[in-house]
Amino acid sequence: MSRRSPLLPVIAAAIVFVVGWKALVVLGNYPTFILPPPEQVAQRFVEAWSDGTMWPHASATLVEIGLGFVVGASLAVGVGYLLARSRLAERLLSPYLVAAQATPVLVLAPLLVLWLGTGLLPKVVICALIVFFPITVATMVGIRSVDRRLLELGRSLRATPTQVLLKLELPAALPQILGGMRVGVTLAVIGAIVGEWAGADRGLGVLINLARGSLFDFPLMFATLATIALIALTLYLVVLLVERALVGAWR
Amino acid sequence: MLDDVSFDVPTHGISAVVGPNGSGKSTLLRLVAGLLIPDGGTVEIAGAPVSDADQRVGLVFQEPRLLPWRTALDNVAFPLELAGISRQERHEKARALLDLVGLTSFARAYPHQLSGGMRQRAAIARALARKPQILLLDEPFSALDALTRERFNAELLDIWQRTGTTILIVTHSIAEAVFLADEAVVLTDRPGRVAARVPIPLGRPRAVDALDSAAFTRAAATIRAHLSGSPDDIAAQEAAAAPVHDVLERAGAPAWFDPFGGGSR
Repeated sequence: MSRRSPLLPVIAAAIVFVVGWKALVVLGNYPTFILPPPEQVAQRFVEAWSDGTMWPHASATLVEIGLGFVVGASLAVGVGYLLARSRLAERLLSPYLVAAQATPVLVLAPLLVLWLGTGLLPKVVICALIVFFPITVATMVGIRSVDRRLLELGRSLRATPTQVLLKLELPAALPQILGGMRVGVTLAVIGAIVGEWAGADRGLGVLINLARGSLFDFPLMFATLATIALIALTLYLVVLLVERALVGAWR
Repeated sequence: MLDDVSFDVPTHGISAVVGPNGSGKSTLLRLVAGLLIPDGGTVEIAGAPVSDADQRVGLVFQEPRLLPWRTALDNVAFPLELAGISRQERHEKARALLDLVGLTSFARAYPHQLSGGMRQRAAIARALARKPQILLLDEPFSALDALTRERFNAELLDIWQRTGTTILIVTHSIAEAVFLADEAVVLTDRPGRVAARVPIPLGRPRAVDALDSAAFTRAAATIRAHLSGSPDDIAAQEAAAAPVHDVLERAGAPAWFDPFGGGSR
């Protein structure tokens, strides 16, 4: 077996993607407002980042995602644990959880903006909401599948309830919880953009609307899309690295 | 599950509970460990009744039950960590215990990097971490192959001799019980009752070759008879076996064994 860099397939896929995109534009002869060519988008991307167009919007979106994810994930781990350990809580809460998950965020977002204004708060709430469900389910499944024999070990050693939680249950469920977070973090990006569309003065969602609706700057719109994709990728990688650091050694 | 089970384990001794699967051996150990409360009767250690999850016992389960996210060292230190002992002190103690069970160089290994036998040794080290008065073992080597098992039993005796702890081991292997114990407590099938308490007249220290001695065979035969037969059969079997064994032991060789062609007669 030859030891190739793990980055090689990633780079190859990126090249195929860009070449395919360019081929589509050339063969279909599409105008810029339908599909701008990759080099034009790349140029606008660099421009927007260097002239300070992108950063205020990107930073606003990042703050929304970060706060929303932390709030949503913390609540989700707590509720997921409760659902795993209490039948009553599961019966009381799970219908509402499923209903909330089934309600499209697109419908909720304008309502939240109406109730909470156009500031940071409604976006954080939307991000938290969208992140909440997958992490709750992952935590519940993870805690439920903790080996009962390990819990008996804890009991035989007279572990306190806090010790059981922190030193047995959470570490044992950590792989599942982190798996839920990996799904959650990409959803948080969607949540932030949707929240911004419902009403905001800053953010990448706002920039997309501006570029498309008022500036007719379609390369900028695609450059913003690329920024959003890069943010999602980076956050996903961060969770992956955390996962590797925390559970990589023992799995 | 268990009915009228009464026996005592001498301090610093080794007792083995032998019984078929389903005779309540594991239940018995959990009663001694204070993980289960008896419907009636008492369990006492050194005259004081066993409390809930009694800390005077060290428990070794059928499987190692190591925490997969902790290294061998941190697994052995786990009981001390729960007891609030400082990191430096518990690591020091855990290292000494790993030395005792022969895992010195595997302190930083995770359970998935250890063999089945090494994991069970780490589990024994963990059970010894709080210096228990009595070590309870629940068929600790049943997952290992026969040869490894013999070796581990010899190692267990070695650990016992070096720590001076009292051991109560539960097993369904007659050979294991005879090899390890001063006394074998034979349990019958459901409900588990004490069928007999068989003293094992083997000297110490015992090495693996004790498995081939006549005293070993006889103790094993007695346990087997109590496990399978009615009391009458057992008495008859013992009466029939005793003279044969005596003759064999006195002669030191089978009667037909005569390399010089019968010249002595």
